[in-house]
Amino acid sequence: MPKMSGAAVLIKSLEYEGVEVAFGVPGGAILPAYDPLLDSPIRHVLARHEQGAGHMAEGYAHATGRVGVVIVTSGPGATNIMTPLQNALMDSVPIVAITGQVALSSMGNDAFQEAPTTGMAMHCTKHTFLVTDANEICDVVHQAFHLASTGRKGPVLIDIPKDLLVTEIEWHEPGPVDLPGYKPSRAGHSRQIERAIDLIMEASQPVLYVGGGIIAAGASEELLQFAEALDVPVTTTLMARGAFPDAHRLAMGMPGMHGTYTAVTAMQEADLLIALGTRFDDRVTGNPATFAPGAKVIHVDIDPAEIGKVRNPEVPIVGDVRVVLEQLVSALGVRLGDESLPDRSHWLETIAGWQAKYPLSYQQEPDGPVKAQYVIEQLLEATGGDCIVVSGVGQHQMWASQFWSFSKPRTWINSGGLGTMGFAVPAAIGAKVGMPDELVVAVDGDGSFQMTFQEMVTASTEKVPIKVVLINNGGHGMVRQWQTLFYGRRYSATDLSGDSPNYAALAEACGWVGMMVETPDDVGPALRKMLSTNDRPVLLEIRTDPDEMVWPMVPAGGSCSDIALGPEDL
Amino acid sequence: MHHTLSVTVQDKPGVLARVASMCALRGFNIRSLAVGPIHQPGLSRITLVVDDVAVEQVTKQLHKLVNVLKVSELDPNDSLEREVMLVRVSADPGIRREVRDTAEVFGATTIDVGAKTVTFELCDHPQRLSDFLALIGHYGVVDLVKSGRIAMARDAKAKTKAGTEQ
Ligand SMILES: Cc1ncc(C[n+]2csc(CCOP(=O)(O)OP(=O)(O)O)c2C)c(N)n1
Ligand SMILES: [Mg+2]
Repeated sequence: MPKMSGAAVLIKSLEYEGVEVAFGVPGGAILPAYDPLLDSPIRHVLARHEQGAGHMAEGYAHATGRVGVVIVTSGPGATNIMTPLQNALMDSVPIVAITGQVALSSMGNDAFQEAPTTGMAMHCTKHTFLVTDANEICDVVHQAFHLASTGRKGPVLIDIPKDLLVTEIEWHEPGPVDLPGYKPSRAGHSRQIERAIDLIMEASQPVLYVGGGIIAAGASEELLQFAEALDVPVTTTLMARGAFPDAHRLAMGMPGMHGTYTAVTAMQEADLLIALGTRFDDRVTGNPATFAPGAKVIHVDIDPAEIGKVRNPEVPIVGDVRVVLEQLVSALGVRLGDESLPDRSHWLETIAGWQAKYPLSYQQEPDGPVKAQYVIEQLLEATGGDCIVVSGVGQHQMWASQFWSFSKPRTWINSGGLGTMGFAVPAAIGAKVGMPDELVVAVDGDGSFQMTFQEMVTASTEKVPIKVVLINNGGHGMVRQWQTLFYGRRYSATDLSGDSPNYAALAEACGWVGMMVETPDDVGPALRKMLSTNDRPVLLEIRTDPDEMVWPMVPAGGSCSDIALGPEDL
Repeated sequence: MHHTLSVTVQDKPGVLARVASMCALRGFNIRSLAVGPIHQPGLSRITLVVDDVAVEQVTKQLHKLVNVLKVSELDPNDSLEREVMLVRVSADPGIRREVRDTAEVFGATTIDVGAKTVTFELCDHPQRLSDFLALIGHYGVVDLVKSGRIAMARDAKAKTKAGTEQ
């Protein structure tokens, strides 16, 4: 067999794994890999910053469900992707990062552009590989893709010293995955399934508490079937928006710090939480000691370490939530042959009462400043909801999640666990690259946008026509909200001078269409104009009310029973 | 209370660092750690002693590490635990005999004798090491070093025969 370079083997290995696109930035140590990339069918998207490349890979993975790939050089290239790696770890996003490294013989000598990449990434990935023999490249790549895309999905990093990339070796197909320490379970234990059904049959006030695991597992259909079979109300966490249709009669919206009154209160009052692919995050539970005090818990997760980490469940079920839901539905079917579900009409009526009495709300004065919530509602109307929404981190993120009506999975892409400002623009690019026929709209904040806006250049040069709706409230709104509420309105370092930069001009300079509006009446028409422009990316800046706050709110570490609907409740 | 975990790992670069720093970063206090290869090629065993509170999460987090093959908790009443200690005590020639007699009771071996010191080695159950140290300490400890704890579950059959041997 003819020999080829380690670099050529690397690229061929990526092709073997079905990779169609990689996001990256080249540099010295990874240079050899960029040469065979020229002859490969794999599309390379040249980001302007490695953090952007990493979030693009995440956006791609979120939108498509496939593994996102990011390729960067050693040293600063590698340090620049630590944020996306940790982001992907927290949100269980499958990506594979390939980092160049200095030559094996130079490692440890503080060589030019050396960084302790595997050491740095050790705890912000699911696993790291340091390749020490060129012949291992294709097997390592195969294992990395397996790890990233199975079990609890997540980021995997492969560090490859430059000398191995130029070593001449023979290509071989990767052998079977040899990871004896890695055996994610698929099906739940049948005894626990029966115990879960026991609790479900007894419960009079059950709630389905649904997390991003449902989306990762592709279990939305099964969830719908299960929820309808049981007639149990559903709350979808920030990572699970879209896992269950918001328009459904059983949907209660988001739980947690900025969740709906109904979702938060239903959990507090529940006698059973059926927690699916979710991890009792502190943004959901508030003070865990006072969270859902009367509820028994059935906790289904593919990661055994999540079960009992925050809350000890009565019924732990380790498994793929899609498989477990199938098991639950069929076990339930058998049980319903001779038993019937308790009458829960009272519970559903109580919930409907809360929904009617405490809906999400805001006031848009016709002549007043634009409210961001109004923008979200107008965007929903203008698109008919048929698009992928990507967001940054802050108030705008909460409003987008609250006021959008999601109807299907993989249409909401945000940074949940890490809360990474700067996520939106690159993640939207990645999503659009993966789903070119879908409309992709980033709802971004002015602060978040300024962290990665150089990727606008990537969008125009790579011809990725995304839209950005920039909610410009002239500052770090979310932080400012805390200063308003908890620091006596002493505003420290949260003002971002709302008219600088000139966002529309900046967008134009990057090859985009740039627009700006600042009155409520102009919002709808501007959004429609944005939506009708498809030959180029578009940025629409909307100046919004800097004083608007996100409600409801459960203050950090507080009890969900003390949910505040406005400042007067705090 | 502490717990002893026996962790079988693949001999891969960085595996010890992964285990140790995962524990540190998640706030699990490691009281003792010992590592060495086992009879199966390519595998090592890490014996970890951790605080009570953490044991279930430690176990689960260890399982998440791809190079960790097996984690078992060893019941102190049902396992063989050993540590090695080297201890150097002051012993003028006049009392050297006495010091060595005391050590002999514990089965400690004299491995070095200096003008004014004697150095002992004792490999035994951690409790025996403490007992020995309490006694021999009266003569004045000049230097001391201990290995991490290693441990192994008792063989079920041997157990009944050996009774409660420590
Ligand atoms: C990288 C990063 N740095 C700092 C923070 C802390 N932080 C959270 S929200 C926020 C303000 C976000 O401002 P903007 O993007 O304008 O959103 P807004 O809240 O104004 O809608 C900050 C600074 C963060 N989440 N991420
Ligand atoms: Mg802002």
